[in-house]
Amino acid sequence: MRHIISLLMANEAGALSRVSGLFSARGYNIESLTVAPTEDATLSRMTIVTSGSDEVIEQINKQLNKLVDVVSVMDLSDGDHIERELMLVKVRAEGADREELKRMSDIFRGNVIDVSDKTYTIELTGAGSKLDSFLHAIDRKLILETVRTGASGIGRGDRILKI
Amino acid sequence: MELTGAEITIRCLQEEGVEYVFGYPGGAVLFIYDELFKQEAVKHVLVRHEQAAVHAADGYARSTEKVGVALVTSGPGVTNAVTGIATAYMDSIPMVVISGQVPTSFIGEDAFQEVDAVGITRPCVKHNFLVKDVKDLASTLKKAFYLAKSGRPGPVLVDIPKDISNMKTAFEYPSTVNIRSYHPQVAGDANLIKQAAQMLLEAKRPMVYAGGGVILSDAAKQLTELVRLIDSPCTNTLMGLGGYPASDKQSVGMLGMHGTYEANMGMQNCDVLLAVGARFDDRVIGNVAHFNSVPRKIIHLDIDPASISKRVKVDVPLVGDVGNVLTDLIKVLKSSKQKPEDRKDWWKQIAEWRSANSLNYKNSSEIIKPQFVIETLHKITHGDAFITSDVGQHQMWAAQYYKFDKPRRWINSGGLGTMGFGLPAAMGVQLAHPGETVACVTGEGSIQMNIQELSTCKQFNLPIKVIALNNRYLGMVRQWQEFFHGNRYSQSYMDALPDFVKLAEAYGHVGILVEKPSDVEGALKEAFARKDELVFLDFRTDSTENVYPMVPGGKGLSEVILAEDL
Ligand SMILES: Cc1cc2nc3c(=O)[nH]c(=O)nc-3n(C[C@H](O)[C@H](O)[C@H](O)COP(=O)(O)OP(=O)(O)OC[C@H]3O[C@@H](n4cnc5c(N)ncnc54)[C@H](O)[C@@H]3O)c2cc1C
Ligand SMILES: Cc1ncc(C[n+]2csc(CCOP(=O)(O)OP(=O)(O)O)c2C)c(N)n1
Ligand SMILES: [Mg+2]
Repeated sequence: MRHIISLLMANEAGALSRVSGLFSARGYNIESLTVAPTEDATLSRMTIVTSGSDEVIEQINKQLNKLVDVVSVMDLSDGDHIERELMLVKVRAEGADREELKRMSDIFRGNVIDVSDKTYTIELTGAGSKLDSFLHAIDRKLILETVRTGASGIGRGDRILKI
Repeated sequence: MELTGAEITIRCLQEEGVEYVFGYPGGAVLFIYDELFKQEAVKHVLVRHEQAAVHAADGYARSTEKVGVALVTSGPGVTNAVTGIATAYMDSIPMVVISGQVPTSFIGEDAFQEVDAVGITRPCVKHNFLVKDVKDLASTLKKAFYLAKSGRPGPVLVDIPKDISNMKTAFEYPSTVNIRSYHPQVAGDANLIKQAAQMLLEAKRPMVYAGGGVILSDAAKQLTELVRLIDSPCTNTLMGLGGYPASDKQSVGMLGMHGTYEANMGMQNCDVLLAVGARFDDRVIGNVAHFNSVPRKIIHLDIDPASISKRVKVDVPLVGDVGNVLTDLIKVLKSSKQKPEDRKDWWKQIAEWRSANSLNYKNSSEIIKPQFVIETLHKITHGDAFITSDVGQHQMWAAQYYKFDKPRRWINSGGLGTMGFGLPAAMGVQLAHPGETVACVTGEGSIQMNIQELSTCKQFNLPIKVIALNNRYLGMVRQWQEFFHGNRYSQSYMDALPDFVKLAEAYGHVGILVEKPSDVEGALKEAFARKDELVFLDFRTDSTENVYPMVPGGKGLSEVILAEDL
């Protein structure tokens, strides 16, 4: 099953490689991994999307907790949570496609953030599946490049990950 | 007053009460060696290969309750040390390894003798540090020692660039450590302990399965008290030998691939299993599905939550330190009005399995049987020696036939299975216990992986007794080839062996060749009588002998090959 795991870790050199190294050494899947410092500059927050049996997920949580740099771990999938991913898509936008692409972007609540006479760059946020749908909804041939951040997640309401 | 990084390093070692550093110098650690030279509190043992430095520090740690310390230079110094670090990591041994690094301004430029030490060692250390500011050096070393010995112990590497070791700052050794992300749980959960106690009292067929965690926690006393209190058989893993006295009537010996019949059958057939500081290794429980095919309740006590339910589902998880939790468990049991269930039938069943006499072997008057050498070694040393071992058949025979009654007497590489461990580990043990008897049981294959340490032994007057069971084969490999590869002995024959007697003599030691069973006892007596000398005993043993019992890889614990089956 797919799981989305959030963790806080000391913002130390090499901390990221400890996490990614753990996943590769133990053969765990990583679908995506995002990381950036938090409002407390000594801490980074990471969101990892992974999948595996219940036993594997339990081990992943324990092994992450065991890393000396890791302060706390939360499996967001254990409860209510929100997941968002940012995608930038550059599309060929010429002639009639220009209008159609703008319309699709609006439907998906995207923003056109860069315009040239031949291209649009569209910014979209949402759950990964929404971003997938957008890519399916437009003409594949028009896509010039895409870049996605991978999911960031946060618990709903009182579910708070802090020290 | 300001001190240089090198001075600070040595001062930290002094503050930690470090007695010995095992190491090898080189460019990146020259400032540190210079400071070592200027003082006497921390003694340095110059090995002949960095792998040996780490194994020696490891042997020192295993035979005491202290942290082992090794010091190596950058580049090849670090890479040579990696096998030793991985060995310590797999067996959870507390150790601090200090490595030199190229100057900070050179890092990343493929500088002379540069390797990414932190990157290379990351998967085989508990934690590691690159010191980038001399101001952080003292607190980093303090953390390193704390991490190495607290919680589930393990090796910690501190990489110190050369310029840092020559920069100055004020020195203050922190008296406490606080790592906000690191809080090992040492006390057990009271409710779960009560639940465990109840299960143990009500069990009809209890079994205690004790591992290396008992040794690491120095909890042999508590374990022994508990086992007697609940009237249960006790088996020990290879890493746990000595945690419960092997000569006691409740001991069923070692379990696992080469465990006794009674231990493995007991594991398979018990109704309540108490695992203490053991990690359900594949060499121990064999095929997981087969192990799980019978119903039994499992209580698992371990300081590392990640050890629990890793390979086998557990009913009662007890996270905590063995010593602490067993003390609490004993208290609960003692205060309970309930007495343990009647275990007569269970003991009868155990006795039946015991009568298979699975460690029996046919001795010979013609050819030396390796088992006989170990039994005689036990007799001559009154079962009270520190025994280190290399890896192979000889290791298993030492584990099976030298009945360990005390913890920290059996020093071997279990998790990584590192050939070449035995002799350097023995050096660490002998230095930690100067007056004690230390023997290294080895094979003609393994000993050659760190034979250069005979030179270190000479320099530091280490009167180790090397017990080489020389079967002219990589015996453990040969055994698998005999059982599973149609007797095709691919590359397992050790050809062109040196004359070990002359080799020992060349290093300034005593060598004895033993070829007849009738000479075994005499040779051992002579060797151990030479209290101040290293004696290398070259026993020419039966090259066709196999280790029994054996649970073949992938099989269940009851699917065992016994000696008489063949
Ligand atoms: C050739 C060869 C053959 C082998 N055959 C066998 C065999 O037949 N039988 C066998 O048993 N092994 C055998 N082994 C060894 C095997 O590979 C494992 O190393 C060994 O079984 C692991 O022992 P253990 O479970 O006691 O765990 P260890 O590796 O000793 O781990 C200790 C456990 O205790 C925990 N712990 C540490 N400190 C504490 C504390 N203070 N409090 C609580 N818990 C703590 C740790 O978290 C860990 O889970 C063999 C090895 C070789 C090389
Ligand atoms: C460094 C290393 N390389 C290879 C092995 C695989 N191996 C395990 S036992 C063994 C044979 C050891 O031979 P020897 O030391 O003569 O001991 P014996 O089995 O004959 O008693 C080998 C090659 C190992 N454990 N370690
Ligand atoms: Mg051999």
